[in-house]
Amino acid sequence: MEHVLAVFPHPDDETFGKAGTIALYTKAGIPVTLICGTLGQLGRNMGKPFFATRETLPTIREKELRDACAILGIKDLRLLGLRDKTVEFEDPEALADRIETVLRELSPSVVMTYYPEHGVHPDHDGLSRATVHAVKRLPQAQRPVIYGSAVTKNAVEALGSPDIVNDVSEVLEIKLAAMRAHRSQSEAMMEKIERDLQDPKKKEKVEQTLKMERFWIYRT
Amino acid sequence: MEAIQREAIQTVLDKWQGQPLYLHLETTNGAYAALRSESPMAVCAYIRNGKIRYERGTIAGTGPYRIGLKMEDGWVYAEGLTDWEMDSQGRLLVAGHDSEGRLAIAFELSETPFPM
Repeated sequence: MEHVLAVFPHPDDETFGKAGTIALYTKAGIPVTLICGTLGQLGRNMGKPFFATRETLPTIREKELRDACAILGIKDLRLLGLRDKTVEFEDPEALADRIETVLRELSPSVVMTYYPEHGVHPDHDGLSRATVHAVKRLPQAQRPVIYGSAVTKNAVEALGSPDIVNDVSEVLEIKLAAMRAHRSQSEAMMEKIERDLQDPKKKEKVEQTLKMERFWIYRT
Repeated sequence: MEAIQREAIQTVLDKWQGQPLYLHLETTNGAYAALRSESPMAVCAYIRNGKIRYERGTIAGTGPYRIGLKMEDGWVYAEGLTDWEMDSQGRLLVAGHDSEGRLAIAFELSETPFPM
């Protein structure tokens, strides 16, 4: 594998549910480029206790993203400069143009994005649709494999079992560090995870969720 | 941000009465509300850099607070406000946070446009 391209709309999308897989790539010497669409300007989480305001959040989240990238070994971060919650309203052709340019520049063998219509957040689906559209513009032989993250409740019912289940145990500490780096978004979540890890009834399930990352290949 | 001081906000609202202002007004229950079964659906609305001018601006309540701006042709209304600050750029930032510290509503006024 030569290069991995990750395309996600918000700072932290590259981390939650995916950081272990990215860390395994970079640990193996495979470069990962991240395209991040927005700065998550409209996040509801402001830290716990809250320390961000609606106006400071974008700056804080960009810093958190850069810290998480450093932890995960992502050396190439590209910001699209879009605005949170508006991705699906942008011209899809123009969005695909920007992604296609990067695809042609890097020739990645794998593209990580959300699985279209299974991203839950409208920005997830807006950007994954544009990504798939960009990939389909390439000749069949040059198309990277698309690893789709499906986070809907009915993902398995609708798409079947995941095509790829990565055990990321060996990089779990790196993954947790990246999650903590997204402090404004993860403080409440980390508090709950750490509490659940102390609960014998919940421990195994939480560990499984953290250690196993699931992807569905989107066939083009 | 700190807990709302009603009189301090009222002073700002009085000062800006009748002058052109930029409004950011937003309410959200989170994009994942339905996924987490917190609510049957995700609900959010926001307007950023709405240009407004009000003839009467009032903060009311005993906490959480409400703000109403009476304009020549309509109203701006916000409920569930808990925290505030005047930021370093002289903007009035008011927000309502839930028990988990998550933003549920934002009400902001500025003499200059908010950045996009």
